[in-house]
Amino acid sequence: MSHHTTSTMDHDSADHGSVKSYIIGFILSLILTLGSFGLLMVDGVPRGIILPGIVVLCVAQLFVQLVFFLHMGTSKSQRSNVAAFVFAVFIIGIIVAGSVWVLGNMNANMMPPMPGV
Amino acid sequence: MTHAATTLPHGSGAHAGHHDEHHDDGSKTVIGFWIYLMSDLLIFSVLFATFAVLSKATAGGPTGKELFDLSFVLGETMLLLVSSFTFGMAMLNMHAGKKGGVMGWLMVTFLFGLGFIVMEVYEFHHLISIGAGPDRSAYLSAFFTLIGTHGLHVSFGLIWIIVMLDMIRRHGLDGINKRRLSCLSLFWHFLDVVWICVFTFIYLMGAI
Repeated sequence: MSHHTTSTMDHDSADHGSVKSYIIGFILSLILTLGSFGLLMVDGVPRGIILPGIVVLCVAQLFVQLVFFLHMGTSKSQRSNVAAFVFAVFIIGIIVAGSVWVLGNMNANMMPPMPGV
Repeated sequence: MTHAATTLPHGSGAHAGHHDEHHDDGSKTVIGFWIYLMSDLLIFSVLFATFAVLSKATAGGPTGKELFDLSFVLGETMLLLVSSFTFGMAMLNMHAGKKGGVMGWLMVTFLFGLGFIVMEVYEFHHLISIGAGPDRSAYLSAFFTLIGTHGLHVSFGLIWIIVMLDMIRRHGLDGINKRRLSCLSLFWHFLDVVWICVFTFIYLMGAI
């Protein structure tokens, strides 16, 4: 049993990271978080770049944490994890974008409240 | 269930049950747990979609811009981010077979997670006391549901950490505990990933 366990541990050793990879992930997350809040909390940031800025920083941090903390990657042992994740993201895209699109349209096409009703 | 091996009629010792389960290395359990996390992600995505649709439905009540204190939210975010990192340290100690290191880092993770929950409960209490509770508007109902669901997940994570601390104290870093810690690790990092979307799409976008 111990032999079996050891061999799988060796095989997966690339998957559970190292002190270095956790520190890199932590520092990158820290920078991206402070960047996101900074866009709103620091005065003088042009209003036009705030919204695209926080979305880009959010997506970047999602990737950083998925790779450095959740150890998602292209290795063979991660293939089914990544496949399940990609499928979940696909469904989420349909649910979220679909809800916002359809219900947003419905809101826009509603009759305005009539005075005196 | 596995630790109750002594109650089995053919149990030849406390570790008999442990031994029987080692024919697979736990990777199937971890992928199964990952699929659970993906379904949990769908729950959160539905709550996010609900929030997005209701984001203007304030019914004359306060908007996010009036309610949110960004430096407070930054504090919550930092607590959760640091706890994610300290859990990583616990996992590295687990792979190195250092029981004391795992327990120490788990306790640190627990304290940061608890700090996060305390801040969130304080925020909820503050909002309700100023009349911005979940009953004020559809917008605030969606807000409380989404943040509350995340907070509930973190609370269950805290309970799980306490259970694992006791499991490790009793049984050490055996295969079963390692497998459970791997699942808890995924769960904890996953909650931080969800929180990134929460602070971006709820708090920061609400404050623009």
